[in-house]
Amino acid sequence: MSTLFAILFYFATLAFVVGLFYRISVYARTPSPLKIPTTPAPTTTGGVVLRMTREVVFFESLFKSNLWIWGLGMLFHASLALVVLRHLRYFTDPVWGWVVFAQPFGMYAGITMLLGLLGLWARRLLVERIRYISTPSDHLMLVLLIGIAVSGLMMTFVAHTDVIAVKGYFLGLMHFNVQMLPSDLLLGVHLSLVVALLVVFPFSKLLHAPGVFFSPTRNQKDDPREHRHLSAWAAKFESEKN
Amino acid sequence: MADIVAPAYRTIPIIPALIPGAMEGKGPFVANEKINEALGFPGQLVEDWHDKAIAKMGELLSKYRSFRVFMDACVHCGACTDKCHYFIGTQDPKNMPVARQDLMRSVYRRYFTLPGKLFPKLVGARDLTREVLDEWFNYYHQCSECRRCSLFCPYGIDTAEITMAAREILDSIGYGQKYSNEIIGKVHKIGNNLGLPGPALVDTLEGLEEDVKDATGLDVRFPMDVKGAEVLLITPSADFFAEPHIESLIGYAKVFHATGTSWTLSSMASEAGNFGMFIGNYEQLRKIALRIREAALELGVKRIVVGECGHAWRVAYSFWNTLSGVGSGADEVDKFAQMLQKQLDHRYRQPTHICEFTWDKIQQGALKFDKSANDKHIITFHDSCNVARGSRMGDLPGGQFEIPRNIIKAVANNFVEMAPGTTHAQTFCCGGGGGVLTDDLLELRVKGALPRMEVLQQSVDEYGVNFMATICAICKAQFTKVLPIYGFDRKMVGGVHQLVSNAIQLGPK
Ligand code: SF4
Ligand code: SF4
Repeated sequence: MSTLFAILFYFATLAFVVGLFYRISVYARTPSPLKIPTTPAPTTTGGVVLRMTREVVFFESLFKSNLWIWGLGMLFHASLALVVLRHLRYFTDPVWGWVVFAQPFGMYAGITMLLGLLGLWARRLLVERIRYISTPSDHLMLVLLIGIAVSGLMMTFVAHTDVIAVKGYFLGLMHFNVQMLPSDLLLGVHLSLVVALLVVFPFSKLLHAPGVFFSPTRNQKDDPREHRHLSAWAAKFESEKN
Repeated sequence: MADIVAPAYRTIPIIPALIPGAMEGKGPFVANEKINEALGFPGQLVEDWHDKAIAKMGELLSKYRSFRVFMDACVHCGACTDKCHYFIGTQDPKNMPVARQDLMRSVYRRYFTLPGKLFPKLVGARDLTREVLDEWFNYYHQCSECRRCSLFCPYGIDTAEITMAAREILDSIGYGQKYSNEIIGKVHKIGNNLGLPGPALVDTLEGLEEDVKDATGLDVRFPMDVKGAEVLLITPSADFFAEPHIESLIGYAKVFHATGTSWTLSSMASEAGNFGMFIGNYEQLRKIALRIREAALELGVKRIVVGECGHAWRVAYSFWNTLSGVGSGADEVDKFAQMLQKQLDHRYRQPTHICEFTWDKIQQGALKFDKSANDKHIITFHDSCNVARGSRMGDLPGGQFEIPRNIIKAVANNFVEMAPGTTHAQTFCCGGGGGVLTDDLLELRVKGALPRMEVLQQSVDEYGVNFMATICAICKAQFTKVLPIYGFDRKMVGGVHQLVSNAIQLGPK
């Protein structure tokens, strides 16, 4: 089982990194031939950085558009961030000071994360418009995340696993040295689901995470009169004639 | 068509329930061979449309980052579902922005993503069948490319970009829309969307000079093709003859007259509108924009000013510099743009919106008004979507909202706002933008106007509003048509420069 998970994790990490890197490079390579920021938009680079920060950290547009989705989305994403930070303890030795500090918050964030997910799922099932646009994969994605959250919470609050051994295992993996993983059903479920999440990430709507940074309506400066913006394929028209 | 009735106002603005299929088969007329071929598109649906469409989609995915990222990034959060005026008015779920995108996204997933190739059902992927293609034609012509949805999406996903891509694909396989393609053909052939030939234009302008002379006793000129004029005015062709558009044209002429500005219209570029944007076709967009460049070069003007037109202002403000070099800041080695930019006077914004021009002059104290001339009006302002969410005026973000309002307040005493959440950046489309201003889509236009009509009614009830000013030729035409259907007077809508025209004091020169 230890070896199996080792292989799975190496594979998943590779798929995640390569897949994501490939996607991002496609986004970066694809030109934006026209200036299309959704106005009013900032006119300076500093302004764009601020706008993007407000979008990524506070979900500004979502706030303006729907408080329910904003609240639940915020709850989920902020909790997720804390939970991920907390998990850094399994990959660092000695554990960084601020990770130790985040530990208690991270534990309870697991619960709020679950609440956020359940709320989002309830919306998806109960609100007619959102049910209409949902595909099976939208539901499955939530099931996957809920599965990860529940199995993790069970280990934190109900049936503890041998975290020292788990940590030893992951530190070992990072040095290509496969240690013993506790054979614990909850842990097995938890880790399998995480592997699945890593693998589907670059192929799914989870691409919204890198995508938002490449969204031309949000990341472009509003300065079309002051600077001439021309993409390579559009410039070709000018060399042909004129 | 005559019996189209206005949908009922929502007593409280609740989100309407879904009526699947409500707008099925209510798309526009298909372009015929002659219309398509004039633009270099296949005359009718080609045999191998399936492969051609997928190939075109691949091409667009590699050319437009917006399209590429938007296809992947949507999380189906639903935040945009209640933001589209066409959904609110028709209740057809496929008019929800995300559902409109999904008509395309489902095909994207099937042909361009691994999960869609392996597990189509799971991720909502579909083969491109004839039914899907017809659905594209139907629903991508029920979007006015107003960008309201993009404002509210956490990733800025702009359904207008998807609509443009869809129309581009449809055109490339010979399945274009009659109205837009016919109009583009007219621009190329005659010089403007309405197909008014040069001599007729000159006649119209002379008639206008006489009318203004009768009314004011002054020689306000409407010059055409004057070489060496300082300002070239590019305005929607509706301004030349349609009501109430023409009143604003008179307003511009009076402002130029009062400020002693030498200006001219151009018979070659007698149209500000650019339907190339509506059909998402870069070549057409560029070709139409180049007419303005040529006219400017030929006439040797120093400034280019754009009249009251929403999408035309978006094209002018956001795209002209890219397409035709009308703007500033081109590279030294950029010969194409420099050729024109050397000629233009960069102390001014290039291009300038007529509202920027007038507001600058008002601030300089160069214009005098008798505000009481507008006292019969209680005025509100309808922000046009392309101005609001696709452009700017002045130096600060949001100038596109302040400047027209400032002008109204400078020329009239009674100004009130419509309900918040329906103006400024969050304005509702008039229901006729983006290439749907045609009688074969009248039902859509009437229903799509619902959210605007509701708040207009509210402001009529509350403040007695009797004039809705706007700075878009399409808004003016659309409202003139739908206001009576909602029980309003069609004369309620008019331009900002119509109000300027009423109040401006033209001293003897
Ligand atoms: S761009 Fe406007 S018309 Fe089109 S889907 Fe979005 S809100 Fe609706
Ligand atoms: S708001 Fe954006 S992410 Fe959410 S469903 Fe609409 S398009 Fe998709």
